[in-house]
Amino acid sequence: MLTCKHTTRLLSEALDRPLGKREYLALRLHLLFCRGCRAFRQNIYVLRKVSRSFMGRDDGPN
Amino acid sequence: MSFPAMLKKGALPPLLSVPNRIHPHAMTAISYTELISGFRPQLLKFARLQLQDDAAAEDAVQEAIEAALKGIERFAGRSALKTWLFTIVRHKVIDFLRERGRTVQVSSLERDEADMDEAFDALFRENEHWSPVSRPRPWGNPEEALEQQQFWQVFEICLEVLPARTARVFMMREFLGLETDEICTTLDLSTGNCNVILHRARAGLRQCLSEGWFGAEAARC
Ligand SMILES: [Zn+2]
Repeated sequence: MLTCKHTTRLLSEALDRPLGKREYLALRLHLLFCRGCRAFRQNIYVLRKVSRSFMGRDDGPN
Repeated sequence: MSFPAMLKKGALPPLLSVPNRIHPHAMTAISYTELISGFRPQLLKFARLQLQDDAAAEDAVQEAIEAALKGIERFAGRSALKTWLFTIVRHKVIDFLRERGRTVQVSSLERDEADMDEAFDALFRENEHWSPVSRPRPWGNPEEALEQQQFWQVFEICLEVLPARTARVFMMREFLGLETDEICTTLDLSTGNCNVILHRARAGLRQCLSEGWFGAEAARC
């Protein structure tokens, strides 16, 4: 079983490279039981979205 | 990394406001210049964060503004102009980083990075599972946040308090859209090192935004 700390590293790396099958399965299993890490994943997904809109954002409607 | 208390949501001064919609016929050469100068601080901040070099940042922004003024007729609105300005600055920043390669001064920054790791470790119990008080919670209404100027002020502050190298790697990845391989090569880092830095940046920004925006929201109710 992955620790939460290790899980956050895999969640971050999943944004930069495809995970291996074993990593992926271990991650899925951990997320199934851990709402803290599920929230961490949601937070860093939002962070990516926020960063992407930062460049092209405007204060008004496009 | 925690969000500076003084700068929490609500304590921020209002941003200088620029009108959103400008009637095309009302756009004289003077108002274009004014409009573009309105974006200058933000462009400069972006270039400075990326380059860690005030002179190079000034140059990149100045060149972008001059290019924008030359082609100004093509831009019907403020939004298109701003996107275009950022695109030019972005290209100049990438060129500069590629040219300069690995001449980045790292020495004094190591401690900040260690501090961030310590703060991150403190979120966990001995067994490396979340400690109940610091367990992450889902962020509510991200779409709404994107539309609020104050959110972007919080975001910029969170970026500014990141250690320089951490911020740079994060921005190369998420703002400039470079692949990790290219970032590692440009900055002469190992892939493992790059991954560690990106994780540190994301974890730090996540914590900062939780405290400075998303958590503040929940605590208010
Ligand atoms: Zn977990």
